[in-house]
Amino acid sequence: MATSVLSLCGLSKSFAGHRVVDDFSLEIGQAEFVTLLGPSGCGKTTLLRLIAGFEHPDSGRILLDGVDLLPLPPEKRQVNTVFQSYALFPHLRVFDNVAFGLRLRRMRGEELRRQVAEALALVQMSPFADRFPGQLSGGQQQRVAVARAIINRPRVLLLDEPLSALDARLRREMQVELKRLQRELGIAFVLVTHDQEEALSMSDRLVVMAEGRIAQLGTPREVYEEPNSLAVARFIGEINLFPGRVAERLADGRLLLALGDQEMTVAGKSGLAPGQAVQLLLRPEDLRLVERHEEGMPVFHGAIVERSYRGSTLDTIILLDEGRQLRACEFFDEDDPDFDYRVGERVRVSWVRGWEVVLADEE
Amino acid sequence: MKSSGRTERLVTVLVSLWLVLFGVVPLLLLVATSFFAQDPIDFFRLAPSLESYRQLLDPGYLQVMRRSVQFAALTTLLCLLIGYPFAWYTSRLSRPARVLVLVLLMIPFWTNSLVRTYAIRMVLGSQGLLNQALLALGIIDSPLRLLYTDTAVVLGLFYLMLPFMILPLYACLEKLDYRLVEAARDLGAGFLQTLLRIVWPLSLPGVYAGCIMVFVPTMGLFYVATLLGGARQLLVGNLIQQQFLNARNWPLGSATSVVLILMMALMLTGYWLVLRRLAGRRRQ
Repeated sequence: MATSVLSLCGLSKSFAGHRVVDDFSLEIGQAEFVTLLGPSGCGKTTLLRLIAGFEHPDSGRILLDGVDLLPLPPEKRQVNTVFQSYALFPHLRVFDNVAFGLRLRRMRGEELRRQVAEALALVQMSPFADRFPGQLSGGQQQRVAVARAIINRPRVLLLDEPLSALDARLRREMQVELKRLQRELGIAFVLVTHDQEEALSMSDRLVVMAEGRIAQLGTPREVYEEPNSLAVARFIGEINLFPGRVAERLADGRLLLALGDQEMTVAGKSGLAPGQAVQLLLRPEDLRLVERHEEGMPVFHGAIVERSYRGSTLDTIILLDEGRQLRACEFFDEDDPDFDYRVGERVRVSWVRGWEVVLADEE
Repeated sequence: MKSSGRTERLVTVLVSLWLVLFGVVPLLLLVATSFFAQDPIDFFRLAPSLESYRQLLDPGYLQVMRRSVQFAALTTLLCLLIGYPFAWYTSRLSRPARVLVLVLLMIPFWTNSLVRTYAIRMVLGSQGLLNQALLALGIIDSPLRLLYTDTAVVLGLFYLMLPFMILPLYACLEKLDYRLVEAARDLGAGFLQTLLRIVWPLSLPGVYAGCIMVFVPTMGLFYVATLLGGARQLLVGNLIQQQFLNARNWPLGSATSVVLILMMALMLTGYWLVLRRLAGRRRQ
């Protein structure tokens, strides 16, 4: 991160009085894979279009290698885009689509052919050079779009929901491909997506956006394990919530929480004061269906209402006696071949100390 | 379901009848007439003859043919040069603005084109609006001879035919995926390169359609040539009109019409072939 290639400083953009991007700042490193994640309408695509030059910000600055990009039209910016719809030129063959950028830079002949062949090989599309885009499948068009965008050797590659039109299997395949490409090219990728799984698996850093601002910025692991708000937690992965209240701050700085008629102590956290309503957040894989629970840990009683076998895991839905539903996801225990539940079976739910995330209850 | 199917069949039958009665039958009569011999009193004699087609090969007629092709080509080119940017910018306007422009473009159609041609005469005449304006501004000392020139004819043809160029172009450009333009710019293409490499080739079906819709009818617009160019034989249309109304040589008039129709058919076939080739590329 010492050398940032792209700097976004205080970008704002409004459409018809509606602020789509709001005072957005971000530094993107030399060969970093950054993902902008958020629900539709959160401003992530607009941000990409601001970087590419298709929109002009109302205020703020965009620097590429320290040079101000804003006075430059899209064609003069050393960034390239993989469009959501691929936007391949329907009247040009795959070869000519990929060669488009090079021809504009007056490259001809042997060198042109060599570089196009190289780019096509990189995305494994060499056998299709003579096809027209209309004769390719979605996944193949996607690969051509990537080859066309990287042939100009951009400093930053922008990807606008590039995989959203592909089926699940192809999407996972392309995720791995894109990741490999990014390593081989050593350039920064900025990916826009609303698919949290995609964001988690591909990014070096993840920017969760909401209403044009950064809701949370961090590594996928940080964002998943330590979401800083309920909104972020809800958007990324599944969650179970336990409402509670801060009972008191203990002498050692830890907090005593009241969860219904149970109590537990958690690590101290700034911004939480006695009396405040909180939500305890636990991922399905954090929950444990236990025989005996750990001393000092809360335990909830309920019955299994649904179980589904997922191959490596067993997902269960538990209806607590107090009326709420929980979702738990447990890995199979090799020492316990009978590990399974019947629907209706009574269980006790708890978790490993320290795995909970305590968030102020915003709602 | 059943009744709508019946309605559909009824409409199809009526339209077919109409087409046969007012399209196919007259066309067959025309083609037949062109192969009969001329008769000064009865318009034509029921004797097979290729005389009319032979006459069309006379240098005089060939000259008219050549000249009207030149006029039509020039008009088409002018319409394309002005119509293309017009259609492009219109297609990029906001929806209400687009509708407004298109309505303004259609309004002249509510007036007969013959009337509008007379209006051009009023503008171009030696005492016309244009000359008066130029005189008043002191740009010229004596009225310019604008009317009864080839320029006036081309101007009139251009004015009448421009919408026929703009509408197919607009229809084509409006459908153009603007993301392709953005993709081209993203890859480094400036305005001109984007136009030449992306927009123009993708709008070729519209260009062909517009050119055909301007080129062929232009050759038949005899009254424009008469009113603005004087009573000279400028266009094939004038020739046809004269054969039917003045020279009373129906076979020759018919033969000339047949040639014009064949040209149209040829161009439409070319257009169809181009479209089919383009479609073949886009879908396997």
